[in-house]
Amino acid sequence: MENRPLEYDYTVAKWFMLVTVVLGIVGMLVGVILAWQMAFPGVNLMLGEGLAEYTNFSRLRPLHTDSVIFGFTLSGIWATWYYVGQRVLKVSMAESKFLMFLAKLHFFVYLLVVVAVVGTLLLGISTGKEYADFEWPIDIAVVVVWVLWGMGLFGLIGIRREKSLYISIWYYIATFLGIAMLYLFNNMEIPTYFASGGIGNWYHSVSMYSGTNDALVQWWYGHNAVAFGFTVPIVAMIYYFLPKESGQAVYSYKLSLLAFWGLMFVYLWAGGHHLIYSTVPDWMQTMGSVFSVVLILPSWGSAINMLLTMKGEWQQVAASPLIKFMILASTFYMFSTLEGPIQAIKSVNALAHFTDWIVGHVHDGVLGWVAFMIMAALFHMAPRVYKREIYSKSLMNTQFWVQTLGVVLYFTSMWIAGITQGMMWRAHDEFGNLAYSFIDTVAVLHPYFTIRAVGGTLYLVGMFLFAYNMYKTMTSARRVEESELQNASPMGA
Amino acid sequence: MDIGTLQAYAYFGFTAFLVVVLYSYIYHLYSAQKKGTRDYEKYGNIALNDEITDQPIEAISKNDEIK
Ligand code: HEM
Repeated sequence: MENRPLEYDYTVAKWFMLVTVVLGIVGMLVGVILAWQMAFPGVNLMLGEGLAEYTNFSRLRPLHTDSVIFGFTLSGIWATWYYVGQRVLKVSMAESKFLMFLAKLHFFVYLLVVVAVVGTLLLGISTGKEYADFEWPIDIAVVVVWVLWGMGLFGLIGIRREKSLYISIWYYIATFLGIAMLYLFNNMEIPTYFASGGIGNWYHSVSMYSGTNDALVQWWYGHNAVAFGFTVPIVAMIYYFLPKESGQAVYSYKLSLLAFWGLMFVYLWAGGHHLIYSTVPDWMQTMGSVFSVVLILPSWGSAINMLLTMKGEWQQVAASPLIKFMILASTFYMFSTLEGPIQAIKSVNALAHFTDWIVGHVHDGVLGWVAFMIMAALFHMAPRVYKREIYSKSLMNTQFWVQTLGVVLYFTSMWIAGITQGMMWRAHDEFGNLAYSFIDTVAVLHPYFTIRAVGGTLYLVGMFLFAYNMYKTMTSARRVEESELQNASPMGA
Repeated sequence: MDIGTLQAYAYFGFTAFLVVVLYSYIYHLYSAQKKGTRDYEKYGNIALNDEITDQPIEAISKNDEIK
């Protein structure tokens, strides 16, 4: 047996990186199509009447949400897990054949699920529950994927050399446990074919909950899917990648622990803010509001910790596009965790609910925070896993500005659209008759929908720049030595 | 007292309890650091010294301990 020095094994991390890029482009391309459809309904028929079933808004919308959330974001989370996990635990995947096998199985079963999801959603097979659209056979496969990841996660922790679990590991564990609990409870469903003794399609199911209970479970799930899919694992990333790339240890480790427990404690109670002025008990709505406002504290705890990590090192923000991506991400994190609580205040929610302001909020969070952080993480990982410098720094800078402009156009247009919409819906004359009909609002919103579509298209262009840069990094950039990979990532002109 | 009222009191009590736990934790973190019983800030270096050949900040087995 040859005796090579032990190295980290990034095989599975690389696979997930690839999937992240591909599904990012697919998901956002669908998003851009949706955006143009809302501005110009003719786009619904872009492939002709015959294929309209597959190209209309209602068929594509769940494909967008699921492919960016469960495709792009999740595979990004796993790409970073299979990288960060080894490094902060100081143990290589190569040290355990079993863990390596689990990780590969995790990847391939996940790919199968992706194919099944895309296929069924395009065919219109869906439970009709937002973010829980998958029918029961896919749900079971999802549980298998999750269990495989969990076994790998705790297995790696079990053989670690570093005794203390770095703060990022806490966040990955919370992601695992949080989503496991949420997904299981919200997706409790009854396969109708088997329950009825053979009526209907074998894969069809109905939720075990109904009415107000269904709404409550759904938004407890929905909101916490944001918590444990868009916040917790992305915070895990920034706690590792920003200190590593900048060479500065996190400003206050104690604050990071504190913000962690604060977030865990508060987040789970905030979901009620999706159901304000609905038929759920009033005290739950109030609780949702109050906890949403309190949520600012632990969220800002992490974000400020990140900004303070850069104390005395702000020249790096100007010098490195990679640091720029991360600082902008944490700034957008602060921004959307302030915006969310404002929207959760009852009187504001009365105006904002069901309007485009909510869609604006979603996207300043996911485009500015989630996607920026995931791309920054991949940029940082690329030179280390491919042993080549990042192909082009100027391309990165271009991507940064194109996408930042895209995000700004997206959320500002949706703010204006949302508030206009909200005001028009509630406007009435002296006798209480509504002043506007629905179509009046649609006509007024047209320019803003167009601006949003332009912003989204810019963001997508940035995604292509990102993919090209990653591809070149993978295949043809200058090779680098281990010594160049300490902190700041090496980049070509 | 009906079950709903009971639930509400239990809920409030539990929240208050968790708040106390959280604040005690904060107190513990900062006082342990100050008294020198535990240096939490050194764990920040786990991210920086993360080569497989680096010494663990706090090793699990004695063999990997910083000598
Ligand atoms: C090029 C980038 C993107 C564009 C152009 C885009 C566009 C859209 C559009 C048009 C909608 C439908 C809004 C409606 O029904 O009124 C939507 C919904 C949504 N998108 Fe995106 N999107 C993009 C990226 C993303 C990313 C990266 C994520 C998450 C990682 C995401 C998550 C969501 C979610 C959760 C919703 C549902 C919002 C709600 O129901 O309030 N999007 N997007």
